[in-house]
Amino acid sequence: MRSQPIAKTGLTLAMIAAVCTALVATTYLATKDRIAANDKALLEQSLQPALSGIFYDSGVSESRLVIPPPHGLPGSDAAIVYRVYAEDEPVAALFVVTARDGFSGSIRILVGIGVDGTVTGVRILQHRETPGLGDKIESARSNWVFQFDGRSLGNPQASGWAIRVDGGEFDQLTGASITPRAVIKAIRDTLIYFDAHRDEVFQE
Amino acid sequence: MTQSGFIERLRSGLWQDNPGLVQLLGLCPLLAVTTTFVNGLGLGIATLFVLVFSNGLVSATRRWIIQEIRIPIYVLIIASLVTCVELIFKAWFPTLDRSLGIFIPLIVTNCAIVARAELFASRNTIGASLADGLGMGAGFAALLMALGAFRELVTYGGLLLAILPPGAFFSLALAVAAKNATDRKLQEKQRSTMPRSLRQTR
Repeated sequence: MRSQPIAKTGLTLAMIAAVCTALVATTYLATKDRIAANDKALLEQSLQPALSGIFYDSGVSESRLVIPPPHGLPGSDAAIVYRVYAEDEPVAALFVVTARDGFSGSIRILVGIGVDGTVTGVRILQHRETPGLGDKIESARSNWVFQFDGRSLGNPQASGWAIRVDGGEFDQLTGASITPRAVIKAIRDTLIYFDAHRDEVFQE
Repeated sequence: MTQSGFIERLRSGLWQDNPGLVQLLGLCPLLAVTTTFVNGLGLGIATLFVLVFSNGLVSATRRWIIQEIRIPIYVLIIASLVTCVELIFKAWFPTLDRSLGIFIPLIVTNCAIVARAELFASRNTIGASLADGLGMGAGFAALLMALGAFRELVTYGGLLLAILPPGAFFSLALAVAAKNATDRKLQEKQRSTMPRSLRQTR
């Protein structure tokens, strides 16, 4: 094949690039509103289960607060808190924290804490634990995460915040002990942080 | 394009030259997402869509595609189509999009697609290329769905291995073996129905 002049080659590539860009741009414009609505719905939907027994009248996703590291919460990246209000009074805070000491990769955990310091619900947002063993921390796969509802820093005492084989009060998961240890530690660390920084969290 | 030619393209993609079973292309997504039937179906449809349109576009522009820069052009076309598919999935099938995750953008790197552009679409008419994309895409999607259903059922039946990565390799090996066994049986059947005089000369 005869070789082409560079200008023609470049022009062909540029024209095809322009057509492809137009294609992507059109699709983007046609889908962006739906995608934004989906993201917001997913967030509200995933935050709600961690608020069992809490009455609130504020939009949860609007009250987002980012706590930059170092903050003392589990995980070394920025932590996210959603504040929940009823008649302008704070009723609960939802922490999105990261446990780095799981079995494989980090575990994103949503911890809901009432203004009095009791757990209003825990959900696992993201993890890569072993299917069939460690993944029982998901609320869809077992009841394991529900045992934290209503617990607080004094209930049980510090030594009780562990799985039973370690002398604690919480159920373990057969075949996985690293995963529950990491989750329990993250919940307790979040409670400790909330206890120390309650006013700051609701102030901003 | 004639009707027999169209059927020939479909048969080639679905069975004789199945991208997964025979050409063994695109194994990364194939092994990674076939943990459930629905995941297999979702990625299968996404790949089918990209393959049909990339074949069509490559074939339509084949007169202007310059030999030296054909690969960057294929990559550009395929990447744009995949981005569109990703946006469409995010907008209308958000649950499926979340469970497939990174494997939708990774369709760009599925070598089955660039292989069809290079081997078929760049030298054939638009009609034939669309049929080829449809056949190859359907063949790939069918394999993804079959593997997904198989692994999900076996896992549900109690054999946890099927859903773990090694299970993906075992399942694919079983599928390839089954295809080869069927082919051999068909061949033997054909041979036994041949006239005696022909059989003796073999």
